Amino acid sequence: MLTMIGKRLMFAIPSLIGVVIVTFLLTRALPGDPAAYFAGPAATKEAVEQIRKKLGLDRPLIEQFFRYTNDLAHGDFGNSLTTGQPVAAEIRNRLPASAELTLLGLVVSIVIAIPLGVLAATRPGSWVDHLCRVTTTAGVSLPVFFTGLVLVYVFYFQLGWSPAPLGRLDVFYSAPPTVTGFYLIDTLIARDLEAFRSACSQLILPATTLAIFSLAPIARMTRASMLAVLSSEFVRTARASGLSPATVIVTYAFRNAMLPVITTLSMVFSFLLGANVLVEKVFAWPGIGSYAVEALISSDFAPVQGFVLTMAVMYVLLNLVIDILYGVIDPRVRLEG
Amino acid sequence: MKRRDFLKSVSGLAAGAALPAVPSVISSARADARSETLLIVSEGGPNNLDIHGVGTNVPGYEVSWNCYDRLVSHEMKSGPGGVPYYDRDKFKGELAEDIKIDDMSVTFKLKKNAKFHDGAPVTAKDVKWSLDRAVSVGGFPTFQMSAGSLTKPEQFVVIDDYTVRVDFLKKDRLTIPDLAVIVPCIINSELVKKNASEKDPWGLEFTKQQTAGSGAYKVTKWTAGTEVVMERNDDWVGGPLPKIKRVIWRMVPQAGNRRALLERGDADISYELPFKDFQEMKASGKLNVVSLPFSNGIQYIGMNVTKPPFDNPKVRQAVAYAIPYQKIMDAVMFGLANPMFGAAKDKPTEVAWPQPHKYNTDMEKAKALLAEAGYANGFETTISFDLNFAGVNEPLCVLVQESLAQIGIKTTINKVPGANWRTELNKKEMPLFTNVFSGWLDYPEYFFYWCYHGNNSVFNTMSYKSAEMDKLIDGARVAAATGDIATYDADVKGFVDLAYSDIPRIPLYQPFVNVAMQKNISGYQYWFHRRLDYRAMAKG
Repeated sequence: MLTMIGKRLMFAIPSLIGVVIVTFLLTRALPGDPAAYFAGPAATKEAVEQIRKKLGLDRPLIEQFFRYTNDLAHGDFGNSLTTGQPVAAEIRNRLPASAELTLLGLVVSIVIAIPLGVLAATRPGSWVDHLCRVTTTAGVSLPVFFTGLVLVYVFYFQLGWSPAPLGRLDVFYSAPPTVTGFYLIDTLIARDLEAFRSACSQLILPATTLAIFSLAPIARMTRASMLAVLSSEFVRTARASGLSPATVIVTYAFRNAMLPVITTLSMVFSFLLGANVLVEKVFAWPGIGSYAVEALISSDFAPVQGFVLTMAVMYVLLNLVIDILYGVIDPRVRLEG
Repeated sequence: MKRRDFLKSVSGLAAGAALPAVPSVISSARADARSETLLIVSEGGPNNLDIHGVGTNVPGYEVSWNCYDRLVSHEMKSGPGGVPYYDRDKFKGELAEDIKIDDMSVTFKLKKNAKFHDGAPVTAKDVKWSLDRAVSVGGFPTFQMSAGSLTKPEQFVVIDDYTVRVDFLKKDRLTIPDLAVIVPCIINSELVKKNASEKDPWGLEFTKQQTAGSGAYKVTKWTAGTEVVMERNDDWVGGPLPKIKRVIWRMVPQAGNRRALLERGDADISYELPFKDFQEMKASGKLNVVSLPFSNGIQYIGMNVTKPPFDNPKVRQAVAYAIPYQKIMDAVMFGLANPMFGAAKDKPTEVAWPQPHKYNTDMEKAKALLAEAGYANGFETTISFDLNFAGVNEPLCVLVQESLAQIGIKTTINKVPGANWRTELNKKEMPLFTNVFSGWLDYPEYFFYWCYHGNNSVFNTMSYKSAEMDKLIDGARVAAATGDIATYDADVKGFVDLAYSDIPRIPLYQPFVNVAMQKNISGYQYWFHRRLDYRAMAKG
């Protein structure tokens, strides 16, 4: 197991180096001149040059690259020009916000999609199956920002059930002391139940938005894979042996149907991180997605590079976790690995 | 799972999801906090709390304005619609209790009880250090100081602990107004010097993250891109104690959500909304919507006069007759702008800026002028705009494109990303484009100096050069400094007339700054910088 993890991590190194080089080159190839942008509307040519020098953008590209990698090696991601803060600190502060939202969205989605998929598979052609088809199709065909806006419009603006879409906490609550960075956990650690409720109610709409978007692949994959497993011979044998339907479905069929679902989950998680960018915009969520987009708009190199790098690292770790999960679910994978 | 069980579990789930959505009871302490707190929502927030910083953005100006004091500030007068509007010509002391203007200098006596946020007294040496910093750090602040002929540290002289003299390099009417803009703010020099380094002698890194002033508010929390929290400075002496104790400024990127927050009564103030929203909110009457013209600001169509076909004044006039002015006013601005076109034929030119020109949409005339210029069959060109303001620029350019096509000018629209716009402007190669310019100092000669003078500044986006124009602009500047009203009036009328007959840029309208607020918010004031001044505001 440990050797497998080590091997996987080794394989990840070249891809990370590639990511560093590509993001560096891509950000430099972006149109737009950060020096002119940050010199402000009233800048003279000399002022623009002054700023270019201050930012080190007058040096040759290769020198800039080496300075950048050297800084990276020291854990310095550089400074964001738009927000004026060190990128590493910003990503550290913002990543938990995105992660909390994405994970919760995924959990909500799994809790709904997997039972739905299983039920649809056990009763193909029934109303549950149609319900599954309709919700998933609707969910996947609505763009996330649109779902988000509709939810805000209905539940906040019209009904007034949901709190104002103003980020992670109500404006008049102060954030709990940071332990994990996840407000749901930190507020509980701080025993601030009011803040916990506030954080919870702020999360409902954005998490639902993400969940609606990700229902389809999970539910459809569960259904398809369950159907395949249910028609296989060992299930027929189990049924013929007089095992109860629950035992057959949960113990025998479900476990075997899980493998493709896990693969889908990892894909869905990456989708969600992408979809997050838009959801964060709609809900004024202080996550890394909205941060990266803003940086991109103002051709602010450092945060974009930091963002892509963080994402790359997260994907590598995610894939690792999925591989390990495979081993847990299917012993055959363990033997081969 | 049986069907019935499933149903039960689903309805249980739905109930669970709805639970936290029940409106929570707000504790009374919190309700009090709400009534003394101003909640502002806007699209963007500051990137730097110090206006002297490298690349400080416009939201950063708002922080500086409210957290720092200047020596002098403007009085208020009643503006359009009875909204308080800064008085360009009347000054009052902010940190200064007495102002004495001599022939070649101005002397300020400081208020003796003025204190910085950390309790240190505001002294003449802080003033000198701050003004030295403004003229020395380079970039925008230094540029803005030079607009008032303030360029050298030697100009700022400490007389005693509470007296400072500013010497004039030359007579310039803009010197005193330039001391009342945001840039010459007074900074706690001892505190900043303690936190400066050899690499950063002016302590820009320190003031980027915290405010070190004597102003009415101080920043207590700043999360870049998310929120700024400001608390009142109870020892402020620059004016009457503000009524708002706390300002929470949240960044909400989605315009639709900002509007929803306002209409639900959760946010107190917002700006930067689409014009359509402002117009609808105005019509519904649930909120107070203030719309005031940008002082000294114009949205225009510019033409590069160094290259054919726009080097020909006839072509430029033809374009000026082919712009669908009224359509732009109705469909793009929703009426929230002052038209800058179609003045009556016999209307005399005024000594004022901005003022409307006499062109109107007249396709026949445009066609005739184009034929006269030798382009009877038209030509092809591109029209460029800044994507940062796509909400206005895009529909505007589409309308212009449609209209120009009718006289045979085929245009392609070139959308320039915001980050690239200034680079493109600086290159001065775009043949046709739309842009906005507005000057902090509200004087015609100031506008013309930047936009039409042959010294070809960034804002002379058309690369327009005319010896006659330069003579008139320079003449007006000298006349203003010496108080020669007759020459000044003649020169201003002269350059306005010339700008309209040569028409290198076609003014479209004077945009409005729109602010929407709850009915219980009062005290909004219009300032040249168009940002909010919390000091005069009140809630309830």
